[in-house]
Amino acid sequence: MGIRFILMVNKQGQTRLAQYYEWLTLEERRALEGEIVRKCLARNEQQCSFVEHRNYKIVYRRYASLFFLVGVDNDENELAILEFIHLLVETMDRHFGNVCELDIMFHLEKAHFMLDEMVMNGSVVETSKANILSPIQLMEKAS
Amino acid sequence: MNPFSSGTRLRDMIRAIRSCKTAAEERAVVRKECAAIRAAISENDQDYRHRNLAKLMFIHMLGYPTHFGQMECLKLIASSGFPEKRIGYLALMLLLDERQEVLMLVTNSLKQDLNHSNQYIIGLALCALGNICSAEMARDLAPEVERLLQFRDPNIRKKAALCSIRIIKKVPDLAENFINPAASLLREKHHGVLITGVQLCTDLCKVSSEALEYFREKCTEGLVKTLKDMANSPYAPEYDVAGITDPFLHIRLLKLLRILGQGDAEASDCMNDILAQVATKIESNKNAGNAILYECVGTIMSIEDNSGLRVLAINILGRFLSNRDNNIRYVALNMLMKAMTVDAQAVQRHRATILECVKDSDASIRKKALDLVYLLVNESNVKPLTKELIEYLEASDQEFKEVLTAKICSLVEKFSPEKIWYIDQMLKVLSEAGSFVKDEVWHALIVVISNASDLHGYSVRALYRAFQTSTEQESLVRVAVWCIGEYGDMLVNNVGMLDIEEPITVTESDAVDAVEVVMKRHTSDLTTKAMALIVLLKLSSRFPSCSARIKDIILQNKRSFVLELQQRSIEFNCILQKHQNIRAALVERMPVLDEATFSGRRSGSLPTSVSTSTGTARNIPNGIAKPAAAPVADLLDLSSDDAPAPSSSGGDFLQDLLGVDLSPASAPSSTSQPPKGGTDVLLDLLSIGTSPPAQTNSSASDILSSIQDNSASLSNLNGLASLSPLSANGSSPASPALVMDLLDGFGPSPQKNEENGPAYPSLVAYESSSLRMSFNFSKQPGNPQTTLIQATFTNLSPNVYNDFLFQAAVPKFLQLHLDPASSNTLPANGSISQSMKVTNSQHGKKSLVMRIRIAYKINEKDVLEEGQVNNFPRDL
Repeated sequence: MGIRFILMVNKQGQTRLAQYYEWLTLEERRALEGEIVRKCLARNEQQCSFVEHRNYKIVYRRYASLFFLVGVDNDENELAILEFIHLLVETMDRHFGNVCELDIMFHLEKAHFMLDEMVMNGSVVETSKANILSPIQLMEKAS
Repeated sequence: MNPFSSGTRLRDMIRAIRSCKTAAEERAVVRKECAAIRAAISENDQDYRHRNLAKLMFIHMLGYPTHFGQMECLKLIASSGFPEKRIGYLALMLLLDERQEVLMLVTNSLKQDLNHSNQYIIGLALCALGNICSAEMARDLAPEVERLLQFRDPNIRKKAALCSIRIIKKVPDLAENFINPAASLLREKHHGVLITGVQLCTDLCKVSSEALEYFREKCTEGLVKTLKDMANSPYAPEYDVAGITDPFLHIRLLKLLRILGQGDAEASDCMNDILAQVATKIESNKNAGNAILYECVGTIMSIEDNSGLRVLAINILGRFLSNRDNNIRYVALNMLMKAMTVDAQAVQRHRATILECVKDSDASIRKKALDLVYLLVNESNVKPLTKELIEYLEASDQEFKEVLTAKICSLVEKFSPEKIWYIDQMLKVLSEAGSFVKDEVWHALIVVISNASDLHGYSVRALYRAFQTSTEQESLVRVAVWCIGEYGDMLVNNVGMLDIEEPITVTESDAVDAVEVVMKRHTSDLTTKAMALIVLLKLSSRFPSCSARIKDIILQNKRSFVLELQQRSIEFNCILQKHQNIRAALVERMPVLDEATFSGRRSGSLPTSVSTSTGTARNIPNGIAKPAAAPVADLLDLSSDDAPAPSSSGGDFLQDLLGVDLSPASAPSSTSQPPKGGTDVLLDLLSIGTSPPAQTNSSASDILSSIQDNSASLSNLNGLASLSPLSANGSSPASPALVMDLLDGFGPSPQKNEENGPAYPSLVAYESSSLRMSFNFSKQPGNPQTTLIQATFTNLSPNVYNDFLFQAAVPKFLQLHLDPASSNTLPANGSISQSMKVTNSQHGKKSLVMRIRIAYKINEKDVLEEGQVNNFPRDL
């Protein structure tokens, strides 16, 4: 399945964006988020960006005050996922202009739209920023 | 404006939630909002529907239940404006999942939207479908999606491709329909379509093998060409990441090539060039480049053998390993584990670096490195590696200690070349990390100690010393206490000193002191104290001088609150006072615990599965002999095939008391021989009683078979393990006669001292037109159960028989041992002889029967003769 979920969490552990590509109940989600976030936040800069949790891996990276966590299957290429996280951040940056945590919070649906254009059902759809952003920009112009 | 009306904009609600100082406040705000939203829903409020739904999504993300909004999604989806549809689909994907029945209601809307004229709406519908469709929806809408795979707009095509992936996963039967469209997608130029097309093909290959074949034949060259174009393409600003054009597509293509090339030499050949090119040309100073290299190495490892590429791959991995970036090192360790299966030698070269990684400060790297070290260990490097690991054990932190201890213990057990080394290592581990050691591990240690009779003195002294220094490790204390109990006399009298030991003087009261300390410590738990009580009883028998003191110590527990201790104390006291005469017999030295059954019980399967994966017989003199015999898939019995082990098995106590005698022919290299003759009523033919072929005997196998000669005859025990003289000195051939007598003392059937060396008539056991086999019998005096049979094979034809092989099978209550034949070429009208020994445990009740199989070659043509011998004299 590739990617199982994508989370954006701030340093206090509050979830800012959550997209799951496999079904988990609410309690499971909260438990999962709590555990993973604790593990990732506890690590320091020198340690590597991959954490093994249960039967999948978490690839994470910290940008300013926000942690981007992607849960992937065990056979996925971790370095590629790191690249993907970077691409995601750059795309959001281009759209919002110097994106920060508040931007994502207040424009949650736009962030979701962007993510949907990039990942579908756990697989990467599009990697060109122009292609990703064009439908979103069209929609903004229309509304 | 009232901030809690349903007209609140999303951002105001978010602000309100953010300004809450406590969780209770936040819950209150959310509750109010939900109430307002629910009111709006019941009023069927059109205007603010999308706003409400956006709020609901935020609330859902915070973790509150939002199922009341599900029908709203449907209404929004059904409306005609694009923004509404947008939010509706998004909410659908977030708030619902495939298991909800509400989803079925959306199917119709989805169908209409898939046929919409506006391509963005088609895109929305595809996105939603791709994320959460269920199996029924997939079946319904599959034809639409198929059609869309050929739509004119590339954006739609790419989304349709990913949607198809989900459909195939949900309904694998539909996979065939998608094969052709998928293949055409692979020829696209648009990167988005290409990447999704590649993913679709990857998943198709996983789901359906005919798809795999199809793609392998038709598309491999096309893919290689695409990859080549991409690798050589000029700068493309759209997809460029750090100087490489679309690394994501690179990686996906490499993955698909891996699947296509796996197991297929021809496809692998096509890929060799491009893989070499990618592996050498990509720059590795950026993460994107490293990601591609990593994938490339993975592909090289999986496809068919090409040594040049493999060397290249391992070099890349070596470079990764010495990189300072932790991520790269982690990834390299991961790939090295997979490379182990392919080329273990190359990985061994990096052993030192990997050992360094075990001590790294990063937890993920440590764990991966430890796994890799575990795989790397083989017989030659086990000692230095274990030494390193144990040193690190002292320095490691708590949570890692547990994993490390478990791994060290299993390593030591699997690969220990000598018992003394095993005991040493285990002692060190116990002293360091005894609290993490699992119960079965120290049980195994006790079993090993009890089996190594010449090391009893050494072990008990070493344990005593270790016990003095580190008393807080519970498992160490238990093992030490047990040993002191069993071998206390050796401890005191310095029995069996090995050269490397320094002499220590331990008096009897010192030993009792040690046990008393254990009893009195408040940190000892119930098991330890109970063990200590028994040990005291044993010591009171072995050290009569301390008997009174021991009695006092035991009595102190008479009023213990713990039932077990109280009971033991009273009972033992009773024995000490009133039953002095049987005390000695009660606490005699324990019989040697049966290693093979014990390890069999541990691994929960046939004891042969404990042996290493290489399946070689390692019958080192005082070491743990791993059984090399083939697993006998007998109809009747289970675990008797470790008869060759010096610490004789007897199988499980309940069954296989008289396990079939195995003397596997070419033992050092035997892998499991296929058990045939499932229809054979009695037994499997091949692996039982085969005579070792005369020509291939190297000296090793000679020793092996002679050791097995001894032990085979010993396996006639009724569940009692053999006494210790057997185990360590397996190589003295003179002992069998002596041992046989000892064993007969334990034999179940009463000694029938009749018929010493009677004359049994010889009998023609088997006769055919070309061969006659006759048996001559004799018995050893005083040994009525065992019959020595001299078999004579006479060639009745004028041809010479080459490669003559005689095999026999006997039922379970018999044991058979075959000696090598006098020769394996039977000259025309000549004869050869072979002797064998049959032991009948049901002597007097059942007579011998035997199934035989004779194989030989006439002029290079194989001939096989089989038969059954039923006409043995009744009282054999």
